[in-house]
Amino acid sequence: MDLDTRLENVAVLGAAGKMGSGIALLLAQEMAREKLKAGNKDRTYVLHLIDINQESLTGLLGYLRVQLTKAAEKSIVSLREVYADRDDLIENYDVIAAFVEDSLSVVRPSTTLDSIGGSKLVFEAIIENLPIKLDVLKKVDSICGPDAYYLTNTSSIPIHVIDEGVGLKGRIIGYHFYNPPAVQKLLELISTKSTEPEVVAMGGELAKRLRKKVFPANDIAGFIGNGHFMRDILHATAEVKRLMADEGMTEPEAIYVMNKVSQDLLVRPMGIFQLIDYVGVDVCRFIMHVMTEHIEGERLEDEILNKMAKAGVLGGQFASGAQKDGILKYDGGRPAGVYDLSKGGYALFADGDWVALLDEKLGAPPAGIAPWRALLMDAGKSSKLKTYFDALAATDTMGAGLAREYLVRSQEIGAKLVADGVADSADVVNGVLTNGFYHLYGPINEYAELMTDKVGGK
Amino acid sequence: MKKLTKPVYVTAGYNTVSLGSGRKEFHPKKPRPGLEHYIKEAGQGALAQVNDPANVDEGVISNFMAARFNRQGNLAALMPMIDRKLEYKPLIRVEGACGSGGLGLVTATKAVLSGMADSVLAVGVEVQNSVKAVYGADILAGAGHFATQRKEGHAYFFPAKFSDRSCATQAEFGAEKTRKGMARWYERAILNARQCPKAQEYHNSIDDLYAAGMSPCNANAFCGHINVYDCSKVSDGASAVVFASEDGLAKLGVDKKDAVELVGYGQVVADISKDPEDQTKLTTSARAVANAMEMAGVTSKDIGMLEVHDCFTIGGMLSLEAAGFCGYGESPDFVIDGKTAPDGEVPTNLSGGLIGYGHYTGGTGVRQAADIAMQFTGKPDGQKIEIDSSKPYGLMISMGGNDRTVVSCVFRKAQ
Ligand SMILES: NC(=O)c1ccc[n+]([C@@H]2O[C@H](COP(=O)([O-])OP(=O)(O)OC[C@H]3O[C@@H](n4cnc5c(N)ncnc54)[C@H](O)[C@@H]3O)[C@@H](O)[C@H]2O)c1
Repeated sequence: MDLDTRLENVAVLGAAGKMGSGIALLLAQEMAREKLKAGNKDRTYVLHLIDINQESLTGLLGYLRVQLTKAAEKSIVSLREVYADRDDLIENYDVIAAFVEDSLSVVRPSTTLDSIGGSKLVFEAIIENLPIKLDVLKKVDSICGPDAYYLTNTSSIPIHVIDEGVGLKGRIIGYHFYNPPAVQKLLELISTKSTEPEVVAMGGELAKRLRKKVFPANDIAGFIGNGHFMRDILHATAEVKRLMADEGMTEPEAIYVMNKVSQDLLVRPMGIFQLIDYVGVDVCRFIMHVMTEHIEGERLEDEILNKMAKAGVLGGQFASGAQKDGILKYDGGRPAGVYDLSKGGYALFADGDWVALLDEKLGAPPAGIAPWRALLMDAGKSSKLKTYFDALAATDTMGAGLAREYLVRSQEIGAKLVADGVADSADVVNGVLTNGFYHLYGPINEYAELMTDKVGGK
Repeated sequence: MKKLTKPVYVTAGYNTVSLGSGRKEFHPKKPRPGLEHYIKEAGQGALAQVNDPANVDEGVISNFMAARFNRQGNLAALMPMIDRKLEYKPLIRVEGACGSGGLGLVTATKAVLSGMADSVLAVGVEVQNSVKAVYGADILAGAGHFATQRKEGHAYFFPAKFSDRSCATQAEFGAEKTRKGMARWYERAILNARQCPKAQEYHNSIDDLYAAGMSPCNANAFCGHINVYDCSKVSDGASAVVFASEDGLAKLGVDKKDAVELVGYGQVVADISKDPEDQTKLTTSARAVANAMEMAGVTSKDIGMLEVHDCFTIGGMLSLEAAGFCGYGESPDFVIDGKTAPDGEVPTNLSGGLIGYGHYTGGTGVRQAADIAMQFTGKPDGQKIEIDSSKPYGLMISMGGNDRTVVSCVFRKAQ
């Protein structure tokens, strides 16, 4: 069965969630475009959007309408061609409205699985809970029969565990979109030893149509993106503890320092603690937990994250996409304070001179430093980064020392993902981090080499 | 050629800020001033320069598409909001797409010439940020022929029309030279706008303007032969001037040194349902300018300040050829050689033009007249130049649609 045929009947499980709704948005557009092709007039297209949360499912339709409109506005040039033979659609406004209606008309929201029998392509984006995923997928498998293919968005659970748990016999791949799926270009495509080659090929072709950049990963919990990110977190929190012990910093002070070093001195889009808040403290803890369960000989757990979660400090986003307060406090999306567990409230950057004293302690940044945003679009960024990292290697400040340790550790983590067979090459690891996390350079790089003989003197 | 039957003066120019993306105070999601605000600000700005608004006999308001941008028709009836003393006077609205402003100037001129009015307040306004650009493109496409052109037309209808002109010009005279000329036009527009605090591009801080102007064109997302820097932006704003006879000036208490004289105009219209006969020429504009110059008894050699309708860089360049400042195909070199710069052969679009100052479509023609009047009387909003005494005339071209409805006017300092 070819992809075109499979795209006639598709289901998204967990469709009202963060990831499910984005996946639904991508699919509704793609299926509407299929439907509108001249040769497909006799075909019927249905997109089942399944979620147990009735309220979210109702909200999903409003979300889809707004987002489909925005997407249609952006692609108006090509949409006018799609509707070239419709004499009644003349203005951009007409064409956009028609496309939104055509997309919504494929959508069938439901809280039950009764109607999804014909689905040949099933996307799974249910909460990260193995027993629930297995339970739902077993039911779906019994309804949809043996030629349905499954694409799971799990962040951490090994795909073979789901495959074997349901009995899909290789009809499943990991299809790991990044948040938000409609915007993020990166897709980690995870196959297991028993995944049918046709499923992998189909997943690759679909990704192309959805204009995603595919990076293949092997089936080891956490895969590439989270495999790096979680260990990166553990490096940062270990450094926090060390700074408290060796430098006499308080926890909020050390968190401020590591967040600043990981953003400014590593020229990343966000500091590590901001990224934890972005993803959600609990989500990070949960991914670590699942990774620990499935990776032998490595325990991923962090006391700071556990304490924060226990205190109800969780981060994550509001429905609007705005950042909620978490380990850091945010003002207009920018970090403005750090949660102080001992006080049960935020230590604000603007209160007193503690931040200025820490900045002084970290020392002046190396020459040639530029913010991430300034370099993002800069065609000459690689030579600018090289100059900067040369300076970083030679700078004798506390901040530079912490940054060097960080770079080297990040490189080790990346190299281990290759050595352990999670990624097939350093390029894949770098591709995931640059495309999915918007790093300007991959973790496995020439800069870290500059630092290796300058670290270890803790 | 008919001659003006008596002197017509233009005074009391006033322009509002051209608001839209690029201005620091512009936020697409925050509430903004509407039509009424702009009409009042510009109208009151002009009337503040005369002794008593009661002495203004008539009013004309130029606007293109308020009916769609702002769901408002009957615009003449918004003019009394400027000043109660305008109520119960003859007020009229005119429309000729982006050339509406030019039509307002001509309408005011005729009222004065007819003797029915000694003075006329001319206001031009458009508020376009009320809709997203993709829908604004639909509305502006009304300057073309809806019945025969819109369905086949591009999503960005007018940019595509001028992309076609750019394509044809590049084919005829060389892609590289044309492209460079367009980029230099953009650079010059922004440099001029940076001298004018009310210009939409006043806050533009792009380092390498020429490089930006040379950005590649993307046919998938926009147009094949122009990029976004080649286009005037979406603008909200209004302008106003007062037209008066000799008696009118006296009644308004305006000294002649504060006025310019309109010495010739040309107003011509071509069939909207026809494509341009030659994509590399603005033939309608050429006729309008020829008529205006003939009436004024001047040639391009006499023009010391020029205001052209550069809704797109290529349009600005082709209008230089249409007006005879350079030969056919020579405009890229003319621009590249700096001849349109403030210290060049023909100082052009000194406050930035449509690309630099902004383009509140229906009001732009009035803005051009106001700029010439203010420059010639020594009170420009932006940079001030010394008008070459051997070239004591100012020329403007106001164009509606794809070179369909065109007005050109020639001014000089009032004698
Ligand atoms: N959030 C991210 O950044 C991110 C990124 C990549 C992958 N993921 C993965 O995507 C999946 C979904 O995550 P999310 O962040 O969208 O979570 P979410 O909590 O926003 O959404 C999960 C949805 O599943 C629904 N659900 C729960 N039980 C169900 C059932 N029995 N049947 C149908 N629907 C059910 C919930 O009502 C909810 O709408 C997880 O596997 C997660 O690991 C998340």
